Amino acid sequence: MSVQMSSDSSMIASTSTRARKLNAAEIAEIEHEMTLYPDKQAVGLEALKIVQKHQGWVSDESLLGIAKYLDLPASDLEGVATFFNLVYRQPVGRNVILFCNSVTCWIMGCDDLRRHITHSLGIDFGQTTEDGEFTLIPVPCLGDCDKAPVMMVGEKMQRKLTRDSIDELVVEVRIQPKARDDV
Amino acid sequence: MTDRPLTRNIDLNRGPLDIAGYEAADGYQSMHAIAKGLSPDDVLNIVKTSGLKGRGGAGFPTGLKWSFVPRGDGSPKQKYLVVNADEMEPGTFKDRLLMEGDPHLLIDGMLVAAYTIQANMAYIFLRGEYIDAENALKKAVKEAYERGYLGKNILGTGFDLDIVLHTSAGRYICGEETALLNALEGRRANPRAKPPFPQVSGLWGKPTIVNNVETLCNLPGILAYGVDWYQGLSRGVDHGTKMFGVSGKVKNPGCWELPLGTPVRELLEGHAGGMRDGLELRAFLPGGGSTDFMLPQHLDLNLDYDEIGKAGSRLATGTMIVLDDQTCPVGMVGNLMTFFAHESCGFCTPCRDGLPWVDEIFRGFEAGTGNQKDLQILHDHIEYLGPGRTFCALAPGATAPLGSGLKYFAEDFEKHITEQRCSYKH
Repeated sequence: MSVQMSSDSSMIASTSTRARKLNAAEIAEIEHEMTLYPDKQAVGLEALKIVQKHQGWVSDESLLGIAKYLDLPASDLEGVATFFNLVYRQPVGRNVILFCNSVTCWIMGCDDLRRHITHSLGIDFGQTTEDGEFTLIPVPCLGDCDKAPVMMVGEKMQRKLTRDSIDELVVEVRIQPKARDDV
Repeated sequence: MTDRPLTRNIDLNRGPLDIAGYEAADGYQSMHAIAKGLSPDDVLNIVKTSGLKGRGGAGFPTGLKWSFVPRGDGSPKQKYLVVNADEMEPGTFKDRLLMEGDPHLLIDGMLVAAYTIQANMAYIFLRGEYIDAENALKKAVKEAYERGYLGKNILGTGFDLDIVLHTSAGRYICGEETALLNALEGRRANPRAKPPFPQVSGLWGKPTIVNNVETLCNLPGILAYGVDWYQGLSRGVDHGTKMFGVSGKVKNPGCWELPLGTPVRELLEGHAGGMRDGLELRAFLPGGGSTDFMLPQHLDLNLDYDEIGKAGSRLATGTMIVLDDQTCPVGMVGNLMTFFAHESCGFCTPCRDGLPWVDEIFRGFEAGTGNQKDLQILHDHIEYLGPGRTFCALAPGATAPLGSGLKYFAEDFEKHITEQRCSYKH
């Protein structure tokens, strides 16, 4: 099971069975991975991550495109894609918030921060804000426990969180939206 | 010589040392020692004699683990070294510090391990969320290639080694070494049946050693300064130093390299500064989320594998999670059960179905709907999910805080049931 996603079926963008043709940048990176692993199955998971980096998430069309390119059974690849926390099979916002809710962060008050952030963003775990800016996802212990409570926003760790620091961060990100390549 | 071989180069006020700085601090001396004429068997004997035990959690002797890899002319040509850098044990934050703070130390240690088992290919299986560690390691690997510590015929020894940095896509179960191998092969990370053990048939069916980051970081010092120096570092029965961490409501949470055998009290009250004002120590998990609770009466024990074991717990990762007297112990155990239920790979039934059941019962305690039968079901699950009942160690790990929690916090569990609420503020 990956993260709990919204039950809102409109979140699922496509049930298409048509493979998307991978773009040149994606193919170049996948070909590089082929030199690091002895078989294509190992590259499959890497390819999912590469496509996600370029497209923001892994759509059905992308998954089928990877399966076709690497000559892997789509069902196997889907089994892998849905197993791992960080492969997103639904669209996510421009900034994914990985919110640590493991034991030390819990002791340090992350339940209260969760109530605060879900209220201020208007979304619960697994959901994306209407402006497409944030997706909020719980994550197991981020390994920064002496600075708890913590979360990641995009690639950056945010430490010693308080209600105020979360508010400031949300405003800061909204003022300076980050562009994702290829999108 | 140093008494902090793991962290002496780490200074959080600057970036990690580059390769020149690392070399100037006796770095890569292990490979130079090997180049002067140590055979793989020589190195194996040195590491065996040192008494180094694995720092990932299980505490298995490193040299003994390596000795199971087939050696000699008849053995498979292709062997692998895999670094378990998938730090995700709740409350554990030591490998992050080592990789971000001194990435060359890990590569240095990998050279020793790979040379000993004669593996020409090594993968670092790094947690995907560890972006800073990824960047530090990428740079260090590149520098090591440029300086000839990686690649072909390293320092004229005839030994070749390539390192690939693999970033994981998540899941706690990848810390289990056979699940990690499946993930690296691009499969769902379900654990594999043992035997065969990875040392004989691991990654792509080839002999493979999986070692934790901190374990490997111990090796350069052992090779550079010798076994006597290494054993002299310790204050207790086990050898060397270890990363110890404290998190929770203490005055000064953090991570320190200390000699094995350091008293728990010195870590908790000295380095971590003791409890915050107004709070009392209630209990602590000594080595991450899969260890048994220990109590204030255990503070004078030493941080040694056997000594913590005799108190009914495990030293494991050495990163301690502290419970204070104003935080609900039932809620803390419940939080851990949610984690384990979420992170079960779903392969075997007791773990897949048992952990969510346990988790649900804890939610009932929180909501004020718990009853005596629930308590009995929890007690039963200590056995149902215990060692030997499941395919891997994930669910047995969950029973450690569950079983010890039910024992030590029995009054709190009863109170949740009789009062039909949680009386703590959180």
